[in-house]
Amino acid sequence: MTDVTVVEEIKTEGGLSREVLMNLGPQHPSTHGVLRLLLQMDGEIVERIEPHIGLLHRGTEKLAEHFTYTQIFPLTDRLDYLCPPSNNLGYALAVEALLGIEAPERAQYIRVIMAELSRISGHLLITGALPLDVGAMTSLLYTMRDREMVMDLMEMISGVRMHTSYCRVGGIREDLPDGCGERIIEFCDIFSVRISDYEKLLLNNRIFLARVENIGNITGEDAIALGLSGPNLRASGVDWDIRRDAPYEIYDKLEFDVIVRKDGDCYDRWKCRLDEMRESVRMIRQCVQQMPTGPVLIDDPKIAFPVDKDLLSRSMETHIHHFELAAFGFKVPAGEVYTAIEAPKGELGYYIISDGSEKPFRFKVRAPSFVNLQCLTERTTNVRYLADVIAMLGSLDPVMAEVDK
Amino acid sequence: MVQALSTGKIISHFGGRVSLDATATDMPCVKVAPTDLVELCYYLRDNTAYKFNFMADICGVDFHPKTPRFQLVYHLYSIPFNWRIRIKCTLSDPPIAPTITTVWTTANWHEREAYDMYGILFEGHPDLRRIYMWQEFEGFPMRKDFPLRGFKDEYNPFGADPDSKGASE
Repeated sequence: MTDVTVVEEIKTEGGLSREVLMNLGPQHPSTHGVLRLLLQMDGEIVERIEPHIGLLHRGTEKLAEHFTYTQIFPLTDRLDYLCPPSNNLGYALAVEALLGIEAPERAQYIRVIMAELSRISGHLLITGALPLDVGAMTSLLYTMRDREMVMDLMEMISGVRMHTSYCRVGGIREDLPDGCGERIIEFCDIFSVRISDYEKLLLNNRIFLARVENIGNITGEDAIALGLSGPNLRASGVDWDIRRDAPYEIYDKLEFDVIVRKDGDCYDRWKCRLDEMRESVRMIRQCVQQMPTGPVLIDDPKIAFPVDKDLLSRSMETHIHHFELAAFGFKVPAGEVYTAIEAPKGELGYYIISDGSEKPFRFKVRAPSFVNLQCLTERTTNVRYLADVIAMLGSLDPVMAEVDK
Repeated sequence: MVQALSTGKIISHFGGRVSLDATATDMPCVKVAPTDLVELCYYLRDNTAYKFNFMADICGVDFHPKTPRFQLVYHLYSIPFNWRIRIKCTLSDPPIAPTITTVWTTANWHEREAYDMYGILFEGHPDLRRIYMWQEFEGFPMRKDFPLRGFKDEYNPFGADPDSKGASE
């Protein structure tokens, strides 16, 4: 642990105390980004954890107040950079709710496919990274290999691997390329076998289990009070999934199980994600089978670019609309909306206040990682030793870009 | 969903101290004065008819140059009943609000964020410090009178001139 440095020894009235303040991070690999933890230690025992965040603060919300509604999509990509399509989706839903429109059905299916693919991509990283943090290095190499397949699909669908900006208000940027459905199903076939491989690799690994089982237990009641959401909350036995309880897009047409576990320890949070990937694969398969044909962007020249690009050279009116939309954006009726979706990390909420102009008056992101990370500071989480902090942090799966906004 | 949440009982329980905000269309929304905020939160959390046990978000808003200038927007969720509710709390300048960390521990960092970005003070907060910006930072970046590029100083040569008031770009 090269980056763990002793900051100071705490002096008490009777001389030096046994307690020391230690810095963990911000450049330590197990902090999953730039997180600085100040630990008050009594020997190996952690007395107090104080996270210092903000090293990656970019002022997303302030920037968004100066951007048009379409320009904000790339900003949302950079929140949880492991799953940009999911962030896009939440934001698009919020703006669409303000406008009172809905994306065409095919677009909704494609958005859900992308969101679930990105969930797999996000969960895969932590499935491998948590074991890596606690000493089982091999698993990360396997999960990253498989994550590459998801990245390839993302690239095939949207043209880029990471910051896809694939959603648009009123639909998606372009339709799936030819043969994409087969590629997705092929991925599902390969990947369902691979999940079993990870289980074989890790579920009987006594060293891994010793480091995560019964570490960092959070009871359901505490988890709710701490505002945990997503897999972190479900691991503590709270049966709540926004995809099922307040279905958005076409989630109500899909069959899936909500994974709930009991103990709320690091192992459960990890296992919850592993099992959720299976459900995601199930959902993706259903989407590809059910997906109708049709447009992928609404036919409203004030909000979306024309689907038929040839119209631009033929119709003067289309040309004017295109210019206005590209140069000034579209106006959104005054009002406010809070939209929450089940992002891979938990409840991702967008609260937008519109004053009727092309730019939001207030743009607030309820970032799940930000809230999840907070529970490190609480003593209720049963973290005792320094080594447990690493396991706890890994199992919470924070993405620092999202924490710092 | 069992049935839609009706705010009528909440409003009648609090007499004239809680009022309905009919402008919100996506979920029920009530307005409350800062003095009654904590009582309303306890009521919504503990009443078995509502069980708003999940505090989703706290959002500060700056309506500069309008008065009253600030507003806090709370989003609550009831996991048992699958309801959402929004609470709005209008604050004057300088903005002071009671903390709700006693009701939900998760409010801690949300309130620190609102303080950091808007300078809203939360009375009774256990640890009210900046959370994103460094401790020595001056000003509150999300306020409408804070320029997008920041103020010109040693580290920010392209920032807005601190002397020219209302420099927005």
